[in-house]
Amino acid sequence: MSDPPSDDGSDAIHDDGQDVMTPAELIAKLEEAWLNEKFSPELLENRSEVVECVMEQLTHMEANLQRVKKGDAKASMHRMEIDRIRFVLSSYLRSRLQKIERFFPHILEREKSRGEGDPSLLSPEEFAFAKEYHANTETYLKAVALKRMPPNLQTVDMLKAVPEPCLDSFVFLRVKERQENILIEPETDDQREYVVDMEEGSQHLMRYRTIAPLVSSGAVQLI
Amino acid sequence: MESLYEQNQSDVNEAKSDGRAELIPSIKLRHCCLLRNQRCVAAYLYDRLLRIRALRWEYGSVLPANVRFHMCAEELQWFSQYKKSLASFMRSLGADGLDITQDMKPPKSLYIEVRCLKDHGEFEIDDGTVILLKKNSQHFLPRWKCEQLIRQGVLEHVMS
Repeated sequence: MSDPPSDDGSDAIHDDGQDVMTPAELIAKLEEAWLNEKFSPELLENRSEVVECVMEQLTHMEANLQRVKKGDAKASMHRMEIDRIRFVLSSYLRSRLQKIERFFPHILEREKSRGEGDPSLLSPEEFAFAKEYHANTETYLKAVALKRMPPNLQTVDMLKAVPEPCLDSFVFLRVKERQENILIEPETDDQREYVVDMEEGSQHLMRYRTIAPLVSSGAVQLI
Repeated sequence: MESLYEQNQSDVNEAKSDGRAELIPSIKLRHCCLLRNQRCVAAYLYDRLLRIRALRWEYGSVLPANVRFHMCAEELQWFSQYKKSLASFMRSLGADGLDITQDMKPPKSLYIEVRCLKDHGEFEIDDGTVILLKKNSQHFLPRWKCEQLIRQGVLEHVMS
């Protein structure tokens, strides 16, 4: 993907006061987060700082585009660029919302039991959305069915009723940093545990559970 | 379910007061039936909710009348509540909000060829030109303007 237009010198983006990123790096981060979120069976850590920076970048690019003369060939290229970035961002947010809706009791439970210093899985807006969804669904079930049931059956335990994300599903991944001694658990009784070294740039197909910590640390990329 | 429950209750009371332990398996059986019925009902209702949710993503905020006819009052309320939650989430993204129900497919080109399936009246695009959408007329329009109309069924994407 070509560098996004930076007509007015938006060459540097400050990521919450940390290292300055170029627009190209920001878009690369967005794409990484998007692919990881798309292919992982569970909800990953939220990257709201990336989302915010990308939104700022998009408004900046649209503003630039308004000032360009109509019919200029570059304008259509830049518009395509804006469309593509907006698609990636929308797709990323959509897959997060879908996972929140599918696994809402488990996610809310995890948020409740998370420690003080641990990073949150949800942005504040997503958390509000999840709580509203939960309350909405419970109200609906109560109003339609549960209040007509016998007294000892008037609640449904959502944690048991809603299925958990399947962490044992297989995912394709590409290794970004060399890993050693990854322990693979045996699947059947005949197999024994064995360790695997993963070279940088190699691609594998593995159970998600084994490499989940590597995804969150950024050492592997799901493809 | 009520009758099962009442039978169970009377048996439980009998078992407790008279010490008739042989009633306990029948109590357990009825309780299992009750739980299963509760699960089936909850599963059916939850599945309906998931389909209604899919309608919001497919059709947009306003549902067609024939779909609304099939939904009960609580489902309509759930739908409007879901719409509100989704809208406030979308509004919170960035400065003006981002409509994530648009851009469902990766963009292939800026302008697309569309054919009109029903009369929709006049349609204005960004540079001010007004297009009359009559049935079976074909136009070459910007993609982002047409996406909503394509999903509603007014326009059809022509791939030649």
